[in-house]
Amino acid sequence: MSVLAILEQTAGRWHRMSWETLAAAQSLGLPVKAAVIGDAAGLASKKLDAAIAVQHEALETYSADGYTAALAELITREQPCLVLFPHTYQGRDFAPKLAARFKSSLISDVVKLQGEVFTRQLFQGKLNADYRAAGSITFASIQAGAYNAEAVQDGACTVETFTPATPAIRTKAEAPFRESARAVDLSSANLIVSVGRGIQEKENIKLVEELAQALGAELAASRPICDNGWLPMERQVGSSGQTVAPKVYFAIGISGAIQHLVGMKGAKTIVAINKDANAPIFEVADYGIVGDLFEVVPALTGAIKKLR
Amino acid sequence: MKIVVAIKQVPSRDSALQPDSSARWVKENDLTYEINEPDAYALEEALQLKEKHGGEVIALCAGPERASSTIREALAKGADRAIHILTPDPSQYDSLGIATLLANSIGDENPDLVLTGLQSDDYGYGQTGVVLAELMDRAHASIVMQVEVMSGSIRVKRELEDGWFQHVVLPLPAVLTIQSGIAKLRYATLMGIKKARTKEVKQVEATPGGAPTVILERVYAPERSKQITLLEGTPQEQAEKLAAKLKNEVRVL
Repeated sequence: MSVLAILEQTAGRWHRMSWETLAAAQSLGLPVKAAVIGDAAGLASKKLDAAIAVQHEALETYSADGYTAALAELITREQPCLVLFPHTYQGRDFAPKLAARFKSSLISDVVKLQGEVFTRQLFQGKLNADYRAAGSITFASIQAGAYNAEAVQDGACTVETFTPATPAIRTKAEAPFRESARAVDLSSANLIVSVGRGIQEKENIKLVEELAQALGAELAASRPICDNGWLPMERQVGSSGQTVAPKVYFAIGISGAIQHLVGMKGAKTIVAINKDANAPIFEVADYGIVGDLFEVVPALTGAIKKLR
Repeated sequence: MKIVVAIKQVPSRDSALQPDSSARWVKENDLTYEINEPDAYALEEALQLKEKHGGEVIALCAGPERASSTIREALAKGADRAIHILTPDPSQYDSLGIATLLANSIGDENPDLVLTGLQSDDYGYGQTGVVLAELMDRAHASIVMQVEVMSGSIRVKRELEDGWFQHVVLPLPAVLTIQSGIAKLRYATLMGIKKARTKEVKQVEATPGGAPTVILERVYAPERSKQITLLEGTPQEQAEKLAAKLKNEVRVL
């Protein structure tokens, strides 16, 4: 019974969720090995049975084909009972493929590991579900923020290098790029008023704009609003947009899917206004109003103007 | 270009969801259903590729009888024909099981491209497309925002984290998972709805899956971990109470 944590690094830089995944792996009380495609020196001071640097020149650029082949070879050698990944965009691209190669289903986006039970969310966080693995090897990926990176236990371990066979890679990746310099930097905003799907129509955005003006806050949005072109992409908060940590974050008509929460959980105070009392946003909010935003928001704008 | 689009029917976004008596799924009695949103974008991209490059779009859907309405809608929007894999109880299948059903039904179609949404709004596994590519032994790209067709290959724009993107070139045939927002969704026209009635929907019985490697044991409402102050009253009272909190407790006014 042992755990293999497959961590993520890009050009020598650790993905922050690597440490959260390592904390999850260590929490089980089983022997843990950690592997990374890249440089494993940073793992030598962690409490592990071993750290494994998977190295091959064909793996210097990420590809699902290359990573799957190399890690399948490593897993066959190590024979772990549980393989854990951070649920990053990269993990989402290859971990299901790797699990399928072992005739297994990845348990994706897990929020809690407890013995044999894997807890994950359904319906964008509206419900939870417990899963049990029935195969001889289990693959699971850990949700952003589910475990605390600070909880990683230090120790000492040997670092070894694993050189896989040369993989066949069918895709050709070009260098990553950013669309344009960001004109709006929400990360330094003190107050943010953010609007989601609940606003229903583009014409209604002005209600939220007026609230933002009354507060002197930056206007932001969840993904669907930017997808629809109702606000520019550069105002998007979430895993594919900006990560913010304002003093107060107002979530207006935002249900609180994890892709949005990872971008704003760091706010000091969260205020949520939503008509659905079961919306997951209320699980992270400090102040909540269950109600119709079309009535509450104008009233709030008025009340704030009076108090200023 | 022959394109298969795997679509799924899911409970409508605003559904009130409660665990059913078995605590294995949700009460379905009062639910309405719609196409999974990312799959709607996959369908849209497929239709646009067909309009540019010619060919055929086949909608593929695994689900119970009720999924017929979502399939008809895809046909009304412009898909040429459909394959409906009848799965009376989809909860019997894990993600590998569902992808296996889809891969088997694509079988002899030999499409140049298979498209599907990057994840479903119900289970949210986010892996059907990637597993499908593995089972069909095809190259894939996930979280795709743009598709350019070249000769014998395609160049796609993938979304990475924190506002980064990347172009990837894949040989055809290939599998892509499509991100919401890739294109503007069309509505079905009256003519489209009329035409859809005569389009072919091949219904096939689902083959029993192998033993699932992952079992969903219990569905339940999440517990709130944080102490929240809920402000009650009329909208006006709620607003005034919140403004007072912002002034006196949070001190931002």
